[in-house]
Amino acid sequence: MSVGLQSMETDVVVLGAGPAGLAAAVSARSAGARVLLVEREDRVGGILKQCVHDGFGLEKFRERLTGPEYALREADAFRASGASLLTEAYVTSATRSGDSSFLLDCVSPRGVAQVRARALVMATGCRERTDRQVFIHGDRPAGIFTAGLAQYMVNVQGLLPGRRAVILGSGDIGLIMARRLTLEGVKVEGVYEIKSEPSGLARNVRQCLEDFGIPLYLSTTVTSVRGRRRVEGVTVAAVDGRSRPIPGTERELACDTLILSVGLIPENELAVSLGVPLDGATRGPRVDQNMHTLADGVFACGNAVHVNDLADYVSESGRVAGGAAAAWALGGPQARDLTPLRAGPGFLYAVPQFVDVLSGERGSVFFRSNATVAAGARVSLGAMKDDDRRELAAKTYPVLRPPELERLVLPPELPSGADSYILDMERMDGGGNDA
Amino acid sequence: MPETLNLTCIVCPRGCRLTVVKDGDAVSVSGHACPRGEAYGRQEAVCPLRSLTTTVRADGGARPRLAVRSSADLPLSRLLDAMAALDGVVVRAPVRAGDVVARDILGLGVDMLATDNLEEARHE
Repeated sequence: MSVGLQSMETDVVVLGAGPAGLAAAVSARSAGARVLLVEREDRVGGILKQCVHDGFGLEKFRERLTGPEYALREADAFRASGASLLTEAYVTSATRSGDSSFLLDCVSPRGVAQVRARALVMATGCRERTDRQVFIHGDRPAGIFTAGLAQYMVNVQGLLPGRRAVILGSGDIGLIMARRLTLEGVKVEGVYEIKSEPSGLARNVRQCLEDFGIPLYLSTTVTSVRGRRRVEGVTVAAVDGRSRPIPGTERELACDTLILSVGLIPENELAVSLGVPLDGATRGPRVDQNMHTLADGVFACGNAVHVNDLADYVSESGRVAGGAAAAWALGGPQARDLTPLRAGPGFLYAVPQFVDVLSGERGSVFFRSNATVAAGARVSLGAMKDDDRRELAAKTYPVLRPPELERLVLPPELPSGADSYILDMERMDGGGNDA
Repeated sequence: MPETLNLTCIVCPRGCRLTVVKDGDAVSVSGHACPRGEAYGRQEAVCPLRSLTTTVRADGGARPRLAVRSSADLPLSRLLDAMAALDGVVVRAPVRAGDVVARDILGLGVDMLATDNLEEARHE
């Protein structure tokens, strides 16, 4: 096989063929742009391929699909769109070339290609936090896995990570893996969560833990790992209100496997290299309602922007990003007038962080509360002008929980001339927010 | 003597908190936001049902496992038995999503269906 430098030119390059990238590619193609989708694996679908459980697509397809089924539908739509695909390919660098295009170095088994594109869509997903990113003492023998790696081993490779597992963190993948490992005959000793509330969805606590009698220990963490070649056990301890282990509460657990479900971080190395500013709360690019980052011509969607809990929302953001990227690529750089959209007290974050008042697309604001509001809350978006607040949209939510991403649909017309937009929370019990 | 169950609905990501009161044959559900939630609550009081999603061994395919799902929900109490029954199932590639890989699991009238395509392994 000859390996040489090839060059290609296209309108929109989409990086990553998970649900965000597939939707972005389809949407950009249907807007008339030439599209190249670049995927590092040998097949599209992203992480959905290893999510063999069901519950996907309830919003988008009104059906309870498994991950692979959702991925197949999106892959079919992608094939029908006529967009191009490069698999087993990786973009190693991206630079701006003049005002209106980008140059990408793209490496694949077919050689190195230099791709020129007018717009980029970052659909690079997120990465799991590892044992190096959480505070655990002791040894580092074999037998410590992130939940997503354990899921890949069991569902794709057909390998069992161990026989007796402790799960640290109650993120959705950890809960899903507690059930998956139990079904495969692994003894799951329990799920340990440092926070006082589960990190995953309530339905997953029910159907993955309670269904199988797997205990969930809140305000408890793994403080130390023991083992020479292989994990032999872990120490768990209760923590105080500031997440510090409480002396005297330590317990020793025998296990050969420690599974970590301790958070996901948007992957934006390439975006950062292009000067895309990130949001400290989401750890993804700050975007406007078109999923346009603060770097002109660079769009982002899905879990690269913020960690979503539903694939359906990921697809939706891909559709928006792809359409906007196509318009940018075909119409040439357009003026933007970005007004900041801020989350008031009581929120972890809100996306988008800006509204481009010159753009027709309105979309939704997605947000998470920073604590459970059991009494429910009225969430409203206001336009601020000097010290005046004019309400633009509002919705009452029966309950707000940090693991559950909520949406507030924006009105079709937003007034121009606002200094900023602000998302506010009014608790139904009249309480303030102490977080 | 009425028996009260407090459940989290698993029908959709909303996760409504249901209260199910069972008094003899009479079951009442509250806390649901939709009819599917009410049906789920009633069923939980009688016999909890769950879908089963797992993988089976695949020979001759591009990958060693094939993702599968049950064609309908199974009694929660039989999920581990169903897993044991699937232990010996081996499919031969190629397989298309929707293909039946095992019929009438445990005599419950439920089939296991492929949820992914599996191409034949390429020999180079």
